[in-house]
Amino acid sequence: MRAAFIDATTALLDDDPRTALVLADISASQFAPANTRHPERVLNVGIREQLMIGVAGGLALTGLRPIAHSYATFLVDRTYEQIKLDLDHQGVGAVLVSIGASYDGSREGRTHQSPGDVALFDTLVGGWTVRVPGHPDEVAPLLRAAATTDDPVYLRLGEQRNAQAYPDADRLRVLRRGGAGAPLVVAVGPMLDPTLAAVEGLDVTVAYTHTPRPFDAAGLRALAGTDVVLVEPYLAGTSSAVVGRALADVPHRLLTLGVGRADLRRYGDPADHARWHGLDAEGLRRSLDAFLGSVRR
Amino acid sequence: MTTTVTTDSRAVLAGLIRRLSGDEKHAPSAHSTIDVLQVLYDRVLRITPDTADDPERDRFLLSKGHGPAAYYAVLAAHGFIPDDWLDDLAGPESRLGHHPDRLLVPGVEIGSGSLGHGLGLGVGTALGLRAQGLLKPRVYVLLGDAELDEGSNHEAIAYAGATGLANLTAIVVDNASATHGWAGGIAGRFTVNGWTADTVDGRDHADLYAALTGHRPGRPHLVVAHVKNKG
Repeated sequence: MRAAFIDATTALLDDDPRTALVLADISASQFAPANTRHPERVLNVGIREQLMIGVAGGLALTGLRPIAHSYATFLVDRTYEQIKLDLDHQGVGAVLVSIGASYDGSREGRTHQSPGDVALFDTLVGGWTVRVPGHPDEVAPLLRAAATTDDPVYLRLGEQRNAQAYPDADRLRVLRRGGAGAPLVVAVGPMLDPTLAAVEGLDVTVAYTHTPRPFDAAGLRALAGTDVVLVEPYLAGTSSAVVGRALADVPHRLLTLGVGRADLRRYGDPADHARWHGLDAEGLRRSLDAFLGSVRR
Repeated sequence: MTTTVTTDSRAVLAGLIRRLSGDEKHAPSAHSTIDVLQVLYDRVLRITPDTADDPERDRFLLSKGHGPAAYYAVLAAHGFIPDDWLDDLAGPESRLGHHPDRLLVPGVEIGSGSLGHGLGLGVGTALGLRAQGLLKPRVYVLLGDAELDEGSNHEAIAYAGATGLANLTAIVVDNASATHGWAGGIAGRFTVNGWTADTVDGRDHADLYAALTGHRPGRPHLVVAHVKNKG
């Protein structure tokens, strides 16, 4: 994912003189060739994330299209007020591209993990588009589409990936069709493959999207029966309010699965954290069985 | 060729500020930024209401968004906003709040109020102008000495100095209001990072003009404007 981002951004910097990249040391060495060709549009401010977003805001005020990049926890959590004021409140956009996701930094610990980043964007007024690709091949088209606008866009990249790319899945794309009225399971980004494995043998519909914001409310209403399950790779329940609004006038039950709130204070691999948060196939299946069975039996 | 506004706004400012504050007792000098703003808008900034969206204009960013009465008065004196906007400061229908909003007030480059945001935005603006080959406009950012407490300023100071961001001028209006002061002086915080600096009497218009136009090639410039009154 990170390599796909670096390649696509390097090409954008060559092709579009409006594109500018702001870094805070992270990935700076990978962008060295782009920096050599475009020293005035590839800007590494050092380990200064508040400044990185302030600079992005200033660049946007002059009409450039800034891309700012770091680990999610430094890009978003640390700079929340800069995102709120230097971008949102000024009425300008940027493309924020993070790596690290919820627990790619499993061995680095809580300081390098950001399960709450997407929820933070829900507190902003600017109408942020949030993209959570599930495959590296989804990254370049999403980035190029973002670069052509002035809209605020958050691109959340992680190391977990699905076997297959669905670049056009900005709306809910049905990948497994259950019977009439079957429960709907929505998998966001890299949660698709574990979700598909978890629902084996169950009569459910599985829909995929890499774009949780704006959430495809119309698609959700068209597909949803009574039971709806969300499987998200960030804080559990992040999209509860969005889904609740979309289905406000429809009787439904909602299960939201995602990263738990606990600081586990454990290391190990991302796969271990997925298991501890119940986001591996077996954990998801347990949650699905409990939720679906709680009414059926 | 110059588009500098040459009106001397001194005569009208007192009346305009009274309209904002309803305060008959205090002279405009109660406002710490009034003299800097007067010199900037009268003599330094290449910006008028007609060029408020011109990419070639100079940019003035009020980072210290607190107490913007003097700023609004200067904007009115120069025709950016109608005088009668001043009569209902922060009222329910007013476009003028206790902190300025760029989407509500013509001529305002940034919305500010939370301290420590203007200099980073100014650095980005200066970089964006340079990247587009707009080499004539200059970016001026006005801060307060207490505002420098915010660490975000120091990210911007270090970076702008290290990279020789020559189209940027920071102005610190120093009324000695920083709780723990600035041992060794404010200018040193900037010059140690490669900025040039002039420290002047913030009420002396001739000295202010010389300092505000005193930038040297290849380096960002700082003007420390000392004022006695806290405001």
